[in-house]
Amino acid sequence: MVAPPMTSNAGPVDVPWPALALAAALVLVAVGIARWQRLGLARRFAVGAVRATVQLVAVGYLLTGLFAADRWWLVLLALAAMLAAATQTAASRPKLAGEARTGAARGALVQASGLALLLGAGLTLAYVDAVVLRVRPWYDARYLVPLFGMILGNAMNGAALAAERLASELQLRRGEVEAWLALGASPAQATAEAARQAMTAALLPAANALTVVGIVQLPGMMTGQILAGQSPLLAVRYQLVVVFMLAGATAATAWIVVQRYRAAFFTAAEQLADRVPV
Amino acid sequence: MLHDVTVSIPAGEVTALVGPSGAGKTSLLRLLNRLDDPTAGEVAYDGRPVASYPVRALRRRVGFVFQTPTMFAGTVADNLRAAIALGTPDGIGDDAGGVLDAALDAAELPRAYAGRDASRLSGGERQRVALARALVAGPTTLLLDEPTAALDPEVGERLMRTVARLPAERSVDVVMVTHRLREAREASTYVVALEAGRVLEAGASAAVFGGAAHPRVREYLASA
Repeated sequence: MVAPPMTSNAGPVDVPWPALALAAALVLVAVGIARWQRLGLARRFAVGAVRATVQLVAVGYLLTGLFAADRWWLVLLALAAMLAAATQTAASRPKLAGEARTGAARGALVQASGLALLLGAGLTLAYVDAVVLRVRPWYDARYLVPLFGMILGNAMNGAALAAERLASELQLRRGEVEAWLALGASPAQATAEAARQAMTAALLPAANALTVVGIVQLPGMMTGQILAGQSPLLAVRYQLVVVFMLAGATAATAWIVVQRYRAAFFTAAEQLADRVPV
Repeated sequence: MLHDVTVSIPAGEVTALVGPSGAGKTSLLRLLNRLDDPTAGEVAYDGRPVASYPVRALRRRVGFVFQTPTMFAGTVADNLRAAIALGTPDGIGDDAGGVLDAALDAAELPRAYAGRDASRLSGGERQRVALARALVAGPTTLLLDEPTAALDPEVGERLMRTVARLPAERSVDVVMVTHRLREAREASTYVVALEAGRVLEAGASAAVFGGAAHPRVREYLASA
């Protein structure tokens, strides 16, 4: 065994640019295998590696600037931009058919996702910031930006899963929904089962993540902290804060998306709209 | 699709909407409990525009049984209780005054069926559960969309006899879509004949079936 040139309890090991180039060699393995096996993915790996580098380095400079500026409104602006990007992604993921792709259904989905992420992810971040971690100053970008990134990433997936499942359930259950409506049920009552299915689909990954965390893999943030020289126990406590907050944010976001989005499937007279987004 | 339809459907009768496929029978039915709205014109129920009723109240007064009945999850009793619960302010479907049994009786389902898993019933049984479910809401009018289309002729005839008794026994008017003309003749007291979205003729069943005024209707009725 060759002793690693790394000492424990020291500060983080630097990754100089030449070392990064050595790491990039590993992508060549992926490119090589993809080409050899004719997966049609070689180019995508190569372009992806370049994109990842450019994007992350840009983010690195942005964060450096943000940290140095130390202005609350700049931090909020950055969070708002993240929210907008997440909303766009969440709303563009569910495959909507025909007219729904560009029509009112898409607009309704953007609105529902935006509101859900704002409330679900935003309130979770505020709670973690002000109550759990008591970050001082409250707008410290070192905490808010990475935390919001993690929350949004998960909440966004939850929102997209919930919306996609809701649309397909309502398509599938058209007869059932109309049977409820015809008995005098409200749209909420008529779509209760579809909503339950959508919520389950959105929350199952979050629930599973809770049960396997630390067993199947060490979460990225925790790994990062340990690599950066933090005590594993502190890293674990941080990671627990993260998994708890992700569970709460995903559930809240999915719930709001379902509540808001299902209204888009009905007319003012509580009729199932003609063109159901699929 | 319907065009320029002007028709009055009388109370206290079993009205059959007849006509070839695409005549607009189901479309007309859906307008009556506001599952759809007309693009132009007005639909009135009991002398008032349907749009002037609170929509949920209208739908409880004007029940709808679909061509392919959808069973809700659970037992037959769960299905009926769901319909009862929708009409109670607290949303609890208690079986006040044996409403459930009465509905099973009216739909001619054995009371022992209450405990059966609704998803395991035959087509005819489902259609009866759907009928009972619509009846527990306490409608004054019941809309039936091809209620016998998926049933054996014999099962269908039994269901039709049940339906024909509703006005007298439960004070429920019936409007049904059917393509089985024999069924319409035997079960209905009033008939509306449609074709390509237009009403060709409406009148007492005996008169229309005895000798329709409109040649297309005569031709259509003779085809059965």
